[in-house]
Amino acid sequence: MKLRELAHSRTGDKGNTSNISVIAYDPANYELLEKQVTAARVKQFFDGVVLGDVVRYELPNIGALNFVMFQALGGGVTRTLALDIHGKSFSSALMEMEISENL
Amino acid sequence: MKKIRLGSGAGYSGDRIEPAVELAEKGDIQYLCFECLAERTIAIAQQAKMKDPAQGYDALLAARMQAVLPVCHKKGIKIITNMGAANPQAGAAKIKQIAEKLNIRGLKIAAVSGDDVLAAIRDQELTIEETGAKLSTIKDKLVSANAYLGVAPIIEALQAGADIVITGRVADPALFIAPLVYEFGWSLEDWNLMGQATVIGHLLECAGQVTGGYFSDPGFKDVPGVGQLGFPIAEVGADGSVVITKVESAGGMVTLATCKEQLLYEIHNPKTYFTPDVVADFTGVKMEQIAKDQVSVSGGAGAAKTGLLKVSLGYVDSYIGEGQISYAGPGAVNRGRLALDIVKQRLEFMGVKMQESRYDLMGVDSLHGEKLSAGHDPYEVRVRVTGRTETMAEAVRIGNEVETLYTNGPAGGGGAWKSAREVVAMVSVIVPDSVVNYSVQYEVI
Repeated sequence: MKLRELAHSRTGDKGNTSNISVIAYDPANYELLEKQVTAARVKQFFDGVVLGDVVRYELPNIGALNFVMFQALGGGVTRTLALDIHGKSFSSALMEMEISENL
Repeated sequence: MKKIRLGSGAGYSGDRIEPAVELAEKGDIQYLCFECLAERTIAIAQQAKMKDPAQGYDALLAARMQAVLPVCHKKGIKIITNMGAANPQAGAAKIKQIAEKLNIRGLKIAAVSGDDVLAAIRDQELTIEETGAKLSTIKDKLVSANAYLGVAPIIEALQAGADIVITGRVADPALFIAPLVYEFGWSLEDWNLMGQATVIGHLLECAGQVTGGYFSDPGFKDVPGVGQLGFPIAEVGADGSVVITKVESAGGMVTLATCKEQLLYEIHNPKTYFTPDVVADFTGVKMEQIAKDQVSVSGGAGAAKTGLLKVSLGYVDSYIGEGQISYAGPGAVNRGRLALDIVKQRLEFMGVKMQESRYDLMGVDSLHGEKLSAGHDPYEVRVRVTGRTETMAEAVRIGNEVETLYTNGPAGGGGAWKSAREVVAMVSVIVPDSVVNYSVQYEVI
């Protein structure tokens, strides 16, 4: 199943760094997300787009993960050549990630 | 128990104006706060100020104030905004002028300055955070240097009885924290309370992004009345407890999902969110939907402020040239790729010097590159709205309504572009020569 079935997401930007939240619709699925949506997988997913590291932070209280992706915005919103200067559409891309129903 | 209701009137400089008027009229609020200063906005405003010392404040300041001043004055709603940009004093003078025109009297307007630190830091040997390079490497290209101020100057203005506070660069949440500290007499060193107040400010500072804007995804995340999106209200108690809500009749919604998305928007480590006033900790935040469009948020915490301020530097970096053209029908993608090849060859042949370049096919791979786009047909869609109008002012409004989808429309919209132009067209008619009857007249003032 796609990540989109289990979680919703929003992208934010600061300088050349992008962050993507991944929030479980049902808090019961948080553990599944925590197991499968790892920093390494997200880094691999955005291979060629995100040039720097990906760091993950966990917020179990609200059933959410926060991915911070460095060197992700072509130099940052104020100088990038990208069409989507903020990288706002990254969250929609991540929703395509495949998730297995088993922990 | 005393409650203070804060309204968020704008999430960025170009945001919609009517939802702020709606908040003032129907929101039962005591404060209307407008966050209108993006990273680069202040550098551009500084350039405007250098050309004309009376300029340098937000381009929509006059329009916003004209719209909200009458109702805010009538109801005693105080206004706090960073629309002063590079020139808060000139912004305050402009507000005064507008108030006079509206026959409003008895208004105290405070302009907060001091965030401009260009002269003070220009010659210092500082290290640039993003690149690790020395400040001296861009010293000659600097346009602006503005420190993120905290709540103190805004609180001082409120204590002096200001009805309107206009600032330049301040930390975004400070626009919302300051009135709470002022009203409830909070200690600026109660770090947990300041952390919770930062959560409140952060949830409000992007306006429609917490009431269902930048959120909807049909079939997955549907937002009622998103075309008439309302802006948020925070009802805050003296202990920092808060309920995020909106005007009942307004479109949009306030749910756990909208609040969670906004809580993490532009956040890096949620344990250490640095602001001038506190190092906020969002990891203990809890949310509860207590009624329709009412979310209670608790558990924001914090640690002592660092005593360090971020300074945003504007500098002349480079120039960007851009061209767009469309191809359609059978073989469109191949013709598009050929076009990119041709332009690439031409730019090389003509010796155009570029530090970097991008060759994208919009609708195919321009947003996320070849790898992520593979197997999707088409991978991208680009919304285009166009209309013919009688005046330029009307035409400009069409693009604005597409652009404001950023913070008000479906989730993940990016890369908006707008234009408005005069159309010179040719037609012909036939009339008898007797219709032509000329004269010459002069007027002297």
